[in-house]
Amino acid sequence: MRLTGRIHKFGDDINTDYIISGKYKFKTLDMQELARHVMEDIDPEFARRVQPGDFIAAGRNFGCGSSREQAPRALLAAGVRGILAKSFARIFFRNAINCGLVVVECNTDEFDTGDEVTVDLGEGKVVNHTKGIELSVPPLPQVMIAILQEGGLVQYFKKYGSFEQV
Amino acid sequence: MGKTMAEKIFERKVGRPVRPGDIVVAPVDWAMGQDGTTPLAIQSFEEMNGKSVFRPERIVFVIDHNAPSPLESVSRLHDLMRSFAKRFGIRLFEVGEGVCHELMMSRGLVVPGDLVVGADSHTCTYGALGAFATGIGSTELAVVMMTGKLWFKVPETLCIRLLGELQRGVFAKDVILHIAALLGADGATYQAIEFHGPVVERFSVEERATLTNMAVEVGAKAGLVPPDEKTISWVRERTDRPFEVVLPDPDATYARVLEMDCTNLEPQVAFPHRVDTARSIREAEGIPIQEAFIGTCTNGRIPDLEVAARILRGRKVHPEVRLIVAPASRETFLFALEKGWVEDIVKAGGVFVPPGCGPCVGTHQGIPGDGWNVISTANRNFRGRMGNREASIYLASPATVAASALEGKITDPRKYLG
Ligand code: SF4
Repeated sequence: MRLTGRIHKFGDDINTDYIISGKYKFKTLDMQELARHVMEDIDPEFARRVQPGDFIAAGRNFGCGSSREQAPRALLAAGVRGILAKSFARIFFRNAINCGLVVVECNTDEFDTGDEVTVDLGEGKVVNHTKGIELSVPPLPQVMIAILQEGGLVQYFKKYGSFEQV
Repeated sequence: MGKTMAEKIFERKVGRPVRPGDIVVAPVDWAMGQDGTTPLAIQSFEEMNGKSVFRPERIVFVIDHNAPSPLESVSRLHDLMRSFAKRFGIRLFEVGEGVCHELMMSRGLVVPGDLVVGADSHTCTYGALGAFATGIGSTELAVVMMTGKLWFKVPETLCIRLLGELQRGVFAKDVILHIAALLGADGATYQAIEFHGPVVERFSVEERATLTNMAVEVGAKAGLVPPDEKTISWVRERTDRPFEVVLPDPDATYARVLEMDCTNLEPQVAFPHRVDTARSIREAEGIPIQEAFIGTCTNGRIPDLEVAARILRGRKVHPEVRLIVAPASRETFLFALEKGWVEDIVKAGGVFVPPGCGPCVGTHQGIPGDGWNVISTANRNFRGRMGNREASIYLASPATVAASALEGKITDPRKYLG
Protein backbone atom coordinates (compact mmCIF):
# COMPACT_ATOMS: atom_id res chain seq x y z
CA MET A 1 0.00 0.00 0.00
CA ARG A 2 1.64 3.23 -1.22
CA LEU A 3 0.06 6.64 -0.63
CA THR A 4 1.18 10.17 -1.31
CA GLY A 5 -0.29 13.36 0.10
CA ARG A 6 0.26 16.67 1.82
CA ILE A 7 0.80 17.21 5.53
CA HIS A 8 -1.26 19.17 8.04
CA LYS A 9 0.79 19.55 11.21
CA PHE A 10 -0.63 19.26 14.75
CA GLY A 11 0.97 19.02 18.19
CA ASP A 12 0.92 16.48 21.04
CA ASP A 13 -2.11 14.88 22.72
CA ILE A 14 -4.71 15.58 20.04
CA ASN A 15 -7.72 13.96 21.71
CA THR A 16 -10.81 12.50 20.09
CA ASP A 17 -12.98 15.30 21.48
CA TYR A 18 -10.88 17.66 19.33
CA ILE A 19 -11.12 15.39 16.31
CA ILE A 20 -14.90 15.32 16.55
CA SER A 21 -16.68 17.04 19.40
CA GLY A 22 -19.22 15.16 21.52
CA LYS A 23 -21.81 17.79 20.79
CA TYR A 24 -21.91 16.63 17.16
CA LYS A 25 -21.11 12.95 17.31
CA PHE A 26 -24.01 11.99 19.51
CA LYS A 27 -26.52 13.37 17.04
CA THR A 28 -25.95 11.49 13.83
CA LEU A 29 -24.38 8.57 12.00
CA ASP A 30 -23.87 10.75 8.92
CA MET A 31 -20.08 10.95 8.60
CA GLN A 32 -20.26 13.64 5.89
CA GLU A 33 -22.06 15.83 8.39
CA LEU A 34 -19.44 15.07 11.08
CA ALA A 35 -16.64 15.69 8.54
CA ARG A 36 -17.64 19.36 8.42
CA HIS A 37 -16.67 19.69 12.09
CA VAL A 38 -13.39 17.72 12.33
CA MET A 39 -10.74 19.44 14.45
CA GLU A 40 -13.12 22.34 14.99
CA ASP A 41 -12.20 23.06 18.60
CA ILE A 42 -8.47 23.43 17.89
CA ASP A 43 -8.44 24.50 14.23
CA PRO A 44 -11.82 25.82 13.08
CA GLU A 45 -10.62 26.21 9.45
CA PHE A 46 -9.26 22.67 9.09
CA ALA A 47 -12.41 21.12 7.62
CA ARG A 48 -12.41 23.72 4.85
CA ARG A 49 -8.69 23.44 4.09
CA VAL A 50 -8.27 19.68 3.99
CA GLN A 51 -8.04 18.04 0.55
CA PRO A 52 -8.77 14.41 -0.32
CA GLY A 53 -5.65 12.30 0.20
CA ASP A 54 -4.04 14.60 2.77
CA PHE A 55 -2.17 13.40 5.84
CA ILE A 56 -2.02 14.65 9.39
CA ALA A 57 1.37 14.69 11.10
CA ALA A 58 1.20 15.03 14.87
CA GLY A 59 3.28 14.63 18.00
CA ARG A 60 2.78 12.19 20.84
CA ASN A 61 -0.38 10.42 21.95
CA PHE A 62 -2.59 11.18 18.94
CA GLY A 63 -6.22 10.17 19.49
CA CYS A 64 -6.19 10.06 23.28
CA GLY A 65 -9.43 10.25 25.26
CA SER A 66 -12.79 8.90 24.25
CA SER A 67 -13.23 5.60 22.36
CA ARG A 68 -15.43 7.19 19.68
CA GLU A 69 -14.93 5.44 16.35
CA GLN A 70 -16.52 8.52 14.81
CA ALA A 71 -13.08 10.16 15.18
CA PRO A 72 -11.22 8.14 12.52
CA ARG A 73 -14.38 7.82 10.44
CA ALA A 74 -14.99 11.57 10.34
CA LEU A 75 -11.33 12.17 9.43
CA LEU A 76 -11.67 9.71 6.54
CA ALA A 77 -14.92 11.33 5.45
CA ALA A 78 -13.17 14.71 5.48
CA GLY A 79 -10.60 13.30 3.05
CA VAL A 80 -7.73 12.52 5.44
CA ARG A 81 -5.98 9.38 4.22
CA GLY A 82 -3.64 8.75 7.10
CA ILE A 83 -2.04 9.93 10.32
CA LEU A 84 1.67 10.05 11.07
CA ALA A 85 2.40 10.54 14.75
CA LYS A 86 5.19 9.98 17.23
CA SER A 87 2.79 7.78 19.21
CA PHE A 88 -0.90 6.94 19.31
CA ALA A 89 -3.45 6.26 22.02
CA ARG A 90 -4.36 2.61 21.76
CA ILE A 91 -8.13 2.71 21.20
CA PHE A 92 -7.75 5.28 18.43
CA PHE A 93 -5.00 3.23 16.81
CA ARG A 94 -7.24 0.16 16.67
CA ASN A 95 -10.27 2.13 15.54
CA ALA A 96 -8.31 3.79 12.76
CA ILE A 97 -7.15 0.46 11.35
CA ASN A 98 -10.63 -0.97 11.75
CA CYS A 99 -11.96 1.86 9.58
CA GLY A 100 -9.17 1.64 7.02
CA LEU A 101 -7.46 4.88 8.08
CA VAL A 102 -3.68 4.49 7.75
CA VAL A 103 -1.78 5.12 11.01
CA VAL A 104 2.00 5.22 11.11
CA GLU A 105 4.24 5.69 14.11
CA CYS A 106 7.29 7.76 13.19
CA ASN A 107 9.28 10.83 14.20
CA THR A 108 7.38 13.81 12.84
CA ASP A 109 9.53 16.55 14.42
CA GLU A 110 10.81 17.83 11.09
CA PHE A 111 7.46 17.59 9.30
CA ASP A 112 5.55 20.79 8.54
CA THR A 113 2.23 21.75 7.03
CA GLY A 114 2.42 21.55 3.25
CA ASP A 115 5.18 18.90 3.08
CA GLU A 116 4.59 16.14 0.55
CA VAL A 117 4.96 12.64 1.94
CA THR A 118 4.73 9.09 0.65
CA VAL A 119 3.79 6.27 2.99
CA ASP A 120 4.72 2.79 1.84
CA LEU A 121 3.26 0.24 4.22
CA GLY A 122 4.57 -2.75 2.30
CA GLU A 123 8.16 -1.59 2.60
CA GLY A 124 7.58 -0.01 6.01
CA LYS A 125 8.82 3.45 5.18
CA VAL A 126 7.79 7.09 5.12
CA VAL A 127 9.41 9.57 2.73
CA ASN A 128 9.08 13.32 3.20
CA HIS A 129 9.90 14.60 -0.31
CA THR A 130 9.87 18.25 0.70
CA LYS A 131 12.45 17.74 3.44
CA GLY A 132 14.32 14.86 1.86
CA ILE A 133 13.77 12.61 4.88
CA GLU A 134 13.28 8.85 4.75
CA LEU A 135 12.14 6.97 7.86
CA SER A 136 11.55 3.30 8.46
CA VAL A 137 8.48 2.44 10.53
CA PRO A 138 7.83 -0.47 12.90
CA PRO A 139 5.73 -3.29 11.44
CA LEU A 140 2.12 -3.73 12.58
CA PRO A 141 0.84 -6.94 14.20
CA GLN A 142 -0.25 -9.48 11.56
CA VAL A 143 -3.93 -9.13 12.45
CA MET A 144 -3.82 -5.37 11.85
CA ILE A 145 -2.10 -5.75 8.49
CA ALA A 146 -4.78 -8.22 7.44
CA ILE A 147 -7.57 -5.83 8.52
CA LEU A 148 -5.96 -2.88 6.76
CA GLN A 149 -5.44 -4.93 3.60
CA GLU A 150 -9.14 -5.66 3.43
CA GLY A 151 -9.95 -1.97 3.89
CA GLY A 152 -11.24 -2.25 7.45
CA LEU A 153 -12.76 -4.59 10.00
CA VAL A 154 -16.19 -4.78 8.34
CA GLN A 155 -14.74 -6.03 5.05
CA TYR A 156 -12.23 -8.24 6.86
CA PHE A 157 -14.95 -9.87 8.87
CA LYS A 158 -17.23 -10.38 5.91
CA LYS A 159 -14.41 -12.29 4.26
CA TYR A 160 -12.96 -14.28 7.17
CA GLY A 161 -15.70 -14.41 9.80
CA SER A 162 -13.24 -14.63 12.71
CA PHE A 163 -9.84 -13.46 13.96
CA GLU A 164 -8.50 -17.01 14.24
CA GLN A 165 -7.73 -17.06 10.49
CA VAL A 166 -4.75 -14.81 10.94
CA MET B 1 8.68 -15.93 36.87
CA GLY B 2 5.54 -14.44 38.41
CA LYS B 3 2.62 -12.98 36.52
CA THR B 4 0.57 -9.82 36.84
CA MET B 5 -3.22 -9.72 37.19
CA ALA B 6 -3.67 -8.83 33.53
CA GLU B 7 -1.49 -11.72 32.38
CA LYS B 8 -3.27 -14.18 34.67
CA ILE B 9 -6.73 -13.10 33.54
CA PHE B 10 -5.76 -13.54 29.88
CA GLU B 11 -4.17 -16.91 30.63
CA ARG B 12 -7.38 -18.10 32.20
CA LYS B 13 -9.39 -16.95 29.21
CA VAL B 14 -7.22 -18.56 26.56
CA GLY B 15 -6.11 -21.62 28.51
CA ARG B 16 -2.37 -21.26 27.91
CA PRO B 17 0.54 -19.21 29.23
CA VAL B 18 0.83 -15.69 27.83
CA ARG B 19 3.47 -12.99 27.95
CA PRO B 20 3.24 -9.23 27.48
CA GLY B 21 3.18 -8.43 23.78
CA ASP B 22 1.40 -11.67 22.80
CA ILE B 23 -1.62 -11.29 20.55
CA VAL B 24 -4.49 -13.46 21.79
CA VAL B 25 -8.08 -14.00 20.69
CA ALA B 26 -10.08 -14.25 23.90
CA PRO B 27 -13.74 -14.79 24.78
CA VAL B 28 -15.18 -11.88 26.75
CA ASP B 29 -17.50 -12.09 29.77
CA TRP B 30 -19.35 -8.84 29.04
CA ALA B 31 -19.63 -6.32 26.24
CA MET B 32 -21.16 -2.90 26.85
CA GLY B 33 -22.22 -0.09 24.56
CA GLN B 34 -23.65 3.36 25.29
CA ASP B 35 -25.76 5.71 23.19
CA GLY B 36 -22.79 7.53 21.66
CA THR B 37 -21.19 4.35 20.33
CA THR B 38 -23.84 1.64 19.98
CA PRO B 39 -25.74 3.09 16.99
CA LEU B 40 -22.54 2.87 14.95
CA ALA B 41 -21.96 -0.67 16.23
CA ILE B 42 -25.45 -1.63 15.05
CA GLN B 43 -24.69 -0.10 11.65
CA SER B 44 -21.46 -2.14 11.41
CA PHE B 45 -23.35 -5.27 12.54
CA GLU B 46 -25.79 -4.78 9.66
CA GLU B 47 -22.96 -4.09 7.20
CA MET B 48 -21.33 -7.38 8.21
CA ASN B 49 -24.68 -9.11 7.62
CA GLY B 50 -24.94 -10.06 11.29
CA LYS B 51 -27.79 -12.49 11.81
CA SER B 52 -27.47 -13.46 15.45
CA VAL B 53 -25.93 -12.26 18.67
CA PHE B 54 -23.60 -14.48 20.62
CA ARG B 55 -24.72 -14.72 24.28
CA PRO B 56 -27.12 -11.73 24.23
CA GLU B 57 -27.46 -12.10 28.01
CA ARG B 58 -23.85 -10.89 28.31
CA ILE B 59 -24.36 -7.76 26.25
CA VAL B 60 -25.52 -4.53 27.83
CA PHE B 61 -26.72 -1.31 26.21
CA VAL B 62 -27.06 1.88 28.24
CA ILE B 63 -28.76 5.14 27.26
CA ASP B 64 -26.90 7.58 29.47
CA HIS B 65 -24.82 10.07 27.48
CA ASN B 66 -27.58 12.06 25.88
CA ALA B 67 -30.55 11.17 28.03
CA PRO B 68 -33.34 12.18 28.12
CA SER B 69 -32.99 12.93 24.43
CA PRO B 70 -32.60 16.63 23.60
CA LEU B 71 -33.23 16.22 19.85
CA GLU B 72 -35.33 14.18 17.46
CA SER B 73 -32.20 12.81 15.72
CA VAL B 74 -30.97 11.52 19.07
CA SER B 75 -34.36 9.96 19.82
CA ARG B 76 -34.08 8.06 16.55
CA LEU B 77 -30.66 6.69 17.52
CA HIS B 78 -32.01 5.69 20.93
CA ASP B 79 -34.90 3.90 19.22
CA LEU B 80 -32.43 2.09 16.97
CA MET B 81 -30.76 0.75 20.13
CA ARG B 82 -34.11 -0.19 21.66
CA SER B 83 -35.34 -2.13 18.65
CA PHE B 84 -32.01 -3.94 18.20
CA ALA B 85 -31.96 -4.86 21.89
CA LYS B 86 -35.51 -6.14 21.71
CA ARG B 87 -34.87 -8.15 18.56
CA PHE B 88 -31.92 -10.02 20.10
CA GLY B 89 -32.89 -10.09 23.77
CA ILE B 90 -30.15 -7.71 24.91
CA ARG B 91 -30.48 -5.96 28.26
CA LEU B 92 -30.92 -2.21 27.87
CA PHE B 93 -30.74 0.31 30.68
CA GLU B 94 -33.11 3.13 29.92
CA VAL B 95 -32.91 6.89 30.31
CA GLY B 96 -32.36 7.81 33.95
CA GLU B 97 -30.99 4.49 35.21
CA GLY B 98 -27.48 5.84 35.45
CA VAL B 99 -24.00 6.03 33.93
CA CYS B 100 -23.06 2.84 32.06
CA HIS B 101 -19.92 2.14 34.12
CA GLU B 102 -21.71 2.51 37.42
CA LEU B 103 -24.47 0.13 36.30
CA MET B 104 -22.02 -2.53 35.10
CA MET B 105 -20.60 -2.63 38.62
CA SER B 106 -23.42 -1.78 40.99
CA ARG B 107 -26.02 -4.00 39.32
CA GLY B 108 -23.84 -7.01 40.03
CA LEU B 109 -22.86 -7.72 36.42
CA VAL B 110 -19.06 -7.59 36.45
CA VAL B 111 -17.28 -9.86 38.96
CA PRO B 112 -13.58 -10.25 39.83
CA GLY B 113 -11.56 -12.03 37.14
CA ASP B 114 -13.93 -11.09 34.28
CA LEU B 115 -12.67 -9.94 30.90
CA VAL B 116 -14.87 -7.04 29.81
CA VAL B 117 -14.93 -4.80 26.75
CA GLY B 118 -17.02 -1.69 26.36
CA ALA B 119 -17.47 0.83 23.58
CA ASP B 120 -16.47 3.62 25.94
CA SER B 121 -12.96 4.51 27.04
CA HIS B 122 -13.80 4.52 30.75
CA THR B 123 -14.68 0.83 30.70
CA CYS B 124 -11.38 0.50 32.59
CA THR B 125 -13.35 1.51 35.73
CA TYR B 126 -14.39 -2.11 36.46
CA GLY B 127 -10.79 -2.93 37.30
CA ALA B 128 -11.78 -1.66 40.76
CA LEU B 129 -13.36 -5.10 41.16
CA GLY B 130 -10.29 -6.95 39.90
CA ALA B 131 -11.65 -7.47 36.38
CA PHE B 132 -9.69 -6.73 33.21
CA ALA B 133 -11.87 -4.18 31.44
CA THR B 134 -10.97 -2.03 28.48
CA GLY B 135 -12.46 0.34 25.92
CA ILE B 136 -13.03 -0.65 22.29
CA GLY B 137 -14.53 0.89 19.17
CA SER B 138 -17.99 0.48 17.72
CA THR B 139 -17.11 -1.96 14.92
CA GLU B 140 -15.22 -4.07 17.44
CA LEU B 141 -18.35 -4.11 19.59
CA ALA B 142 -20.26 -5.37 16.54
CA VAL B 143 -17.74 -8.19 16.07
CA VAL B 144 -17.96 -9.10 19.75
CA MET B 145 -21.75 -9.18 19.51
CA MET B 146 -21.46 -11.62 16.60
CA THR B 147 -18.73 -13.90 17.95
CA GLY B 148 -18.25 -13.29 21.68
CA LYS B 149 -14.53 -12.77 21.12
CA LEU B 150 -11.95 -10.11 20.35
CA TRP B 151 -8.20 -9.92 19.74
CA PHE B 152 -6.03 -8.35 22.40
CA LYS B 153 -2.39 -7.53 22.87
CA VAL B 154 -1.43 -8.70 26.36
CA PRO B 155 -0.16 -5.54 28.05
CA GLU B 156 2.81 -4.96 30.30
CA THR B 157 1.87 -3.73 33.76
CA LEU B 158 2.83 -0.63 35.67
CA CYS B 159 2.62 -1.16 39.43
CA ILE B 160 1.69 1.88 41.53
CA ARG B 161 2.06 1.58 45.32
CA LEU B 162 0.19 4.21 47.28
CA LEU B 163 1.82 4.53 50.69
CA GLY B 164 1.12 6.54 53.82
CA GLU B 165 -2.21 7.99 54.87
CA LEU B 166 -4.43 10.61 53.23
CA GLN B 167 -5.09 13.78 55.21
CA ARG B 168 -8.59 15.03 55.89
CA GLY B 169 -10.03 16.72 52.80
CA VAL B 170 -7.88 14.66 50.41
CA PHE B 171 -9.61 11.98 48.36
CA ALA B 172 -9.09 9.27 45.73
CA LYS B 173 -9.67 11.94 43.06
CA ASP B 174 -6.78 14.00 44.36
CA VAL B 175 -4.56 10.92 44.29
CA ILE B 176 -5.37 10.04 40.69
CA LEU B 177 -5.11 13.65 39.48
CA HIS B 178 -1.66 13.77 41.06
CA ILE B 179 -0.69 10.46 39.43
CA ALA B 180 -1.87 11.76 36.05
CA ALA B 181 0.32 14.84 36.47
CA LEU B 182 3.30 12.66 37.41
CA LEU B 183 2.90 10.22 34.52
CA GLY B 184 1.58 12.55 31.82
CA ALA B 185 -1.28 11.93 29.42
CA ASP B 186 0.63 9.12 27.69
CA GLY B 187 2.64 7.87 30.67
CA ALA B 188 1.12 4.38 30.64
CA THR B 189 0.14 3.95 27.00
CA TYR B 190 -0.43 0.29 26.02
CA GLN B 191 0.07 -0.74 29.67
CA ALA B 192 -2.18 -1.99 32.44
CA ILE B 193 -1.87 -0.33 35.85
CA GLU B 194 -2.13 -2.26 39.13
CA PHE B 195 -2.90 -0.13 42.18
CA HIS B 196 -1.44 -1.45 45.44
CA GLY B 197 -0.60 -0.27 48.94
CA PRO B 198 -2.27 0.71 52.20
CA VAL B 199 -4.05 3.75 50.75
CA VAL B 200 -5.82 1.57 48.17
CA GLU B 201 -6.58 -1.10 50.74
CA ARG B 202 -8.36 1.46 52.93
CA PHE B 203 -10.39 2.81 50.00
CA SER B 204 -13.97 1.63 49.50
CA VAL B 205 -14.85 -0.02 46.19
CA GLU B 206 -16.34 3.31 45.07
CA GLU B 207 -13.11 5.18 45.82
CA ARG B 208 -11.10 2.52 44.02
CA ALA B 209 -13.37 3.06 41.02
CA THR B 210 -12.34 6.74 40.97
CA LEU B 211 -8.74 5.58 40.58
CA THR B 212 -9.29 2.91 37.93
CA ASN B 213 -11.71 5.16 36.02
CA MET B 214 -8.92 7.57 35.20
CA ALA B 215 -6.34 4.94 34.17
CA VAL B 216 -7.18 5.78 30.55
CA GLU B 217 -6.25 9.43 31.15
CA VAL B 218 -2.61 8.33 31.27
CA GLY B 219 -3.13 6.12 28.23
CA ALA B 220 -3.52 2.83 30.11
CA LYS B 221 -5.49 -0.04 28.66
CA ALA B 222 -6.82 -1.07 32.08
CA GLY B 223 -6.51 -0.18 35.75
CA LEU B 224 -6.79 -2.96 38.29
CA VAL B 225 -7.05 -3.27 42.07
CA PRO B 226 -6.37 -6.73 43.57
CA PRO B 227 -9.64 -7.93 45.11
CA ASP B 228 -9.80 -8.28 48.89
CA GLU B 229 -12.52 -9.07 51.45
CA LYS B 230 -14.10 -5.68 50.79
CA THR B 231 -14.37 -6.41 47.08
CA ILE B 232 -15.79 -9.86 47.65
CA SER B 233 -18.51 -8.77 50.04
CA TRP B 234 -19.40 -5.79 47.79
CA VAL B 235 -19.88 -8.14 44.84
CA ARG B 236 -21.64 -10.81 46.93
CA GLU B 237 -24.26 -8.26 48.01
CA ARG B 238 -25.11 -7.81 44.34
CA THR B 239 -24.88 -11.18 42.61
CA ASP B 240 -24.78 -14.93 43.14
CA ARG B 241 -22.69 -15.48 40.04
CA PRO B 242 -19.70 -17.63 40.99
CA PHE B 243 -16.25 -16.13 40.50
CA GLU B 244 -12.64 -16.85 41.20
CA VAL B 245 -10.48 -13.97 42.36
CA VAL B 246 -7.31 -13.37 40.34
CA LEU B 247 -4.40 -11.91 42.31
CA PRO B 248 -0.97 -10.98 40.99
CA ASP B 249 1.89 -13.32 41.88
CA PRO B 250 4.08 -11.92 44.65
CA ASP B 251 7.04 -12.05 42.25
CA ALA B 252 5.14 -10.64 39.24
CA THR B 253 7.28 -8.85 36.65
CA TYR B 254 6.29 -5.23 36.22
CA ALA B 255 7.42 -2.86 33.50
CA ARG B 256 7.89 -0.30 36.23
CA VAL B 257 7.09 0.12 39.94
CA LEU B 258 6.12 3.56 41.17
CA GLU B 259 5.90 4.29 44.89
CA MET B 260 4.09 7.34 46.07
CA ASP B 261 3.74 8.56 49.64
CA CYS B 262 0.31 10.18 49.89
CA THR B 263 0.71 11.55 53.41
CA ASN B 264 1.56 15.10 52.39
CA LEU B 265 -0.70 15.22 49.37
CA GLU B 266 -2.97 18.27 49.30
CA PRO B 267 -6.24 18.66 47.40
CA GLN B 268 -5.44 18.81 43.67
CA VAL B 269 -6.83 20.81 40.78
CA ALA B 270 -6.17 20.01 37.09
CA PHE B 271 -6.03 23.13 34.92
CA PRO B 272 -7.52 23.72 31.48
CA HIS B 273 -7.28 22.12 28.96
CA ARG B 274 -5.34 19.03 30.03
CA VAL B 275 -5.93 16.31 32.59
CA ASP B 276 -2.23 15.92 33.46
CA THR B 277 -1.80 19.43 34.86
CA ALA B 278 -2.81 18.97 38.50
CA ARG B 279 -1.33 21.34 41.03
CA SER B 280 -1.93 21.84 44.72
CA ILE B 281 -5.13 23.69 45.63
CA ARG B 282 -2.99 26.59 46.89
CA GLU B 283 -2.08 27.45 43.31
CA ALA B 284 -5.70 27.43 42.19
CA GLU B 285 -7.47 29.12 45.10
CA GLY B 286 -9.32 32.26 44.18
CA ILE B 287 -9.90 31.52 40.49
CA PRO B 288 -13.51 32.66 39.88
CA ILE B 289 -15.99 30.02 38.63
CA GLN B 290 -19.38 30.27 37.00
CA GLU B 291 -20.38 26.59 36.93
CA ALA B 292 -19.74 23.64 39.24
CA PHE B 293 -20.53 20.05 38.30
CA ILE B 294 -20.68 17.03 40.60
CA GLY B 295 -21.27 13.65 38.97
CA THR B 296 -19.93 11.29 36.22
CA CYS B 297 -18.44 7.82 36.21
CA THR B 298 -15.50 9.25 38.15
CA ASN B 299 -17.29 10.95 41.06
CA GLY B 300 -21.07 10.62 41.02
CA ARG B 301 -21.32 7.88 43.64
CA ILE B 302 -22.55 7.69 47.22
CA PRO B 303 -19.37 8.89 48.98
CA ASP B 304 -19.18 11.78 46.50
CA LEU B 305 -22.73 13.00 47.13
CA GLU B 306 -22.26 12.47 50.84
CA VAL B 307 -19.28 14.79 51.10
CA ALA B 308 -20.88 17.36 48.81
CA ALA B 309 -24.03 17.39 50.96
CA ARG B 310 -21.94 17.68 54.11
CA ILE B 311 -20.25 20.81 52.77
CA LEU B 312 -23.40 22.38 51.29
CA ARG B 313 -25.76 21.63 54.21
CA GLY B 314 -27.22 24.81 55.67
CA ARG B 315 -25.21 27.03 53.30
CA LYS B 316 -25.89 28.79 50.00
CA VAL B 317 -24.26 28.34 46.61
CA HIS B 318 -22.70 31.61 45.41
CA PRO B 319 -25.27 33.62 43.41
CA GLU B 320 -23.09 33.66 40.29
CA VAL B 321 -22.53 29.89 40.21
CA ARG B 322 -24.68 27.23 38.57
CA LEU B 323 -24.18 24.02 40.62
CA ILE B 324 -25.30 20.93 38.68
CA VAL B 325 -25.44 17.46 40.23
CA ALA B 326 -25.92 14.19 38.33
CA PRO B 327 -26.08 11.05 40.51
CA ALA B 328 -24.27 8.08 38.97
CA SER B 329 -27.37 5.89 39.17
CA ARG B 330 -31.00 5.78 40.21
CA GLU B 331 -29.99 3.79 43.32
CA THR B 332 -27.45 6.45 44.24
CA PHE B 333 -30.13 9.11 43.77
CA LEU B 334 -32.62 7.21 45.94
CA PHE B 335 -30.03 6.61 48.62
CA ALA B 336 -29.12 10.31 48.63
CA LEU B 337 -32.82 11.19 48.88
CA GLU B 338 -33.31 8.88 51.82
CA LYS B 339 -30.29 10.32 53.60
CA GLY B 340 -31.51 13.88 53.09
CA TRP B 341 -28.49 14.79 50.93
CA VAL B 342 -30.66 15.76 47.98
CA GLU B 343 -32.55 18.18 50.18
CA ASP B 344 -29.28 19.61 51.51
CA ILE B 345 -27.96 20.19 48.02
CA VAL B 346 -31.19 21.55 46.53
CA LYS B 347 -31.80 23.89 49.46
CA ALA B 348 -28.26 25.20 49.03
CA GLY B 349 -29.14 26.05 45.43
CA GLY B 350 -27.90 22.99 43.53
CA VAL B 351 -29.75 21.65 40.47
CA PHE B 352 -30.23 17.91 40.01
CA VAL B 353 -30.23 16.45 36.50
CA PRO B 354 -31.21 12.81 35.89
CA PRO B 355 -28.81 10.00 36.76
CA GLY B 356 -26.49 9.65 33.77
CA CYS B 357 -23.59 11.56 32.24
CA GLY B 358 -25.14 15.00 32.75
CA PRO B 359 -23.15 17.83 31.13
CA CYS B 360 -19.86 15.82 31.11
CA VAL B 361 -19.58 15.43 27.35
CA GLY B 362 -21.20 18.61 26.08
CA THR B 363 -24.41 17.16 24.74
CA HIS B 364 -26.93 18.82 27.04
CA GLN B 365 -27.92 19.87 30.56
CA GLY B 366 -25.36 22.50 31.47
CA ILE B 367 -23.29 23.72 28.52
CA PRO B 368 -21.13 26.56 29.86
CA GLY B 369 -21.12 30.08 28.43
CA ASP B 370 -18.28 31.94 26.71
CA GLY B 371 -15.41 32.73 29.03
CA TRP B 372 -16.85 30.67 31.89
CA ASN B 373 -14.71 28.69 34.27
CA VAL B 374 -16.20 25.36 35.28
CA ILE B 375 -15.01 23.26 38.19
CA SER B 376 -15.99 19.65 37.70
CA THR B 377 -15.58 16.19 39.22
CA ALA B 378 -15.29 14.64 35.75
CA ASN B 379 -12.24 12.98 34.26
CA ARG B 380 -11.63 15.21 31.21
CA ASN B 381 -11.23 18.94 30.73
CA PHE B 382 -10.33 19.20 27.04
CA ARG B 383 -11.26 22.43 25.32
CA GLY B 384 -14.85 22.13 24.14
CA ARG B 385 -15.46 18.96 26.17
CA MET B 386 -18.58 20.40 27.80
CA GLY B 387 -19.87 21.82 24.53
CA ASN B 388 -18.26 25.28 24.37
CA ARG B 389 -14.68 25.83 23.25
CA GLU B 390 -14.74 29.26 24.87
CA ALA B 391 -15.11 27.77 28.36
CA SER B 392 -12.35 26.45 30.66
CA ILE B 393 -12.70 23.34 32.81
CA TYR B 394 -10.89 22.65 36.09
CA LEU B 395 -11.02 19.14 37.58
CA ALA B 396 -11.15 18.38 41.30
CA SER B 397 -12.72 16.21 43.99
CA PRO B 398 -16.41 16.54 44.92
CA ALA B 399 -15.39 18.27 48.16
CA THR B 400 -13.36 20.89 46.31
CA VAL B 401 -16.16 21.41 43.78
CA ALA B 402 -18.78 21.84 46.53
CA ALA B 403 -16.61 24.27 48.51
CA SER B 404 -15.86 26.24 45.34
CA ALA B 405 -19.57 26.42 44.47
CA LEU B 406 -20.21 28.09 47.83
CA GLU B 407 -17.56 30.75 47.38
CA GLY B 408 -17.80 31.38 43.64
CA LYS B 409 -14.09 30.73 43.34
CA ILE B 410 -11.83 27.72 43.63
CA THR B 411 -11.67 26.95 47.34
CA ASP B 412 -9.77 24.58 49.60
CA PRO B 413 -12.46 22.21 50.97
CA ARG B 414 -10.60 21.57 54.22
CA LYS B 415 -12.06 24.63 55.89
CA TYR B 416 -15.55 23.13 55.47
CA LEU B 417 -14.56 19.69 56.73
CA GLY B 418 -13.88 20.45 60.39
S1 SF4 C 1 -19.85 10.37 32.78
FE1 SF4 C 1 -18.58 11.42 31.25
S2 SF4 C 1 -16.70 10.23 31.12
FE2 SF4 C 1 -18.21 8.96 32.19
S3 SF4 C 1 -19.15 7.69 30.61
FE3 SF4 C 1 -20.41 9.53 30.79
S4 SF4 C 1 -19.60 10.99 29.29
FE4 SF4 C 1 -18.05 9.39 29.58
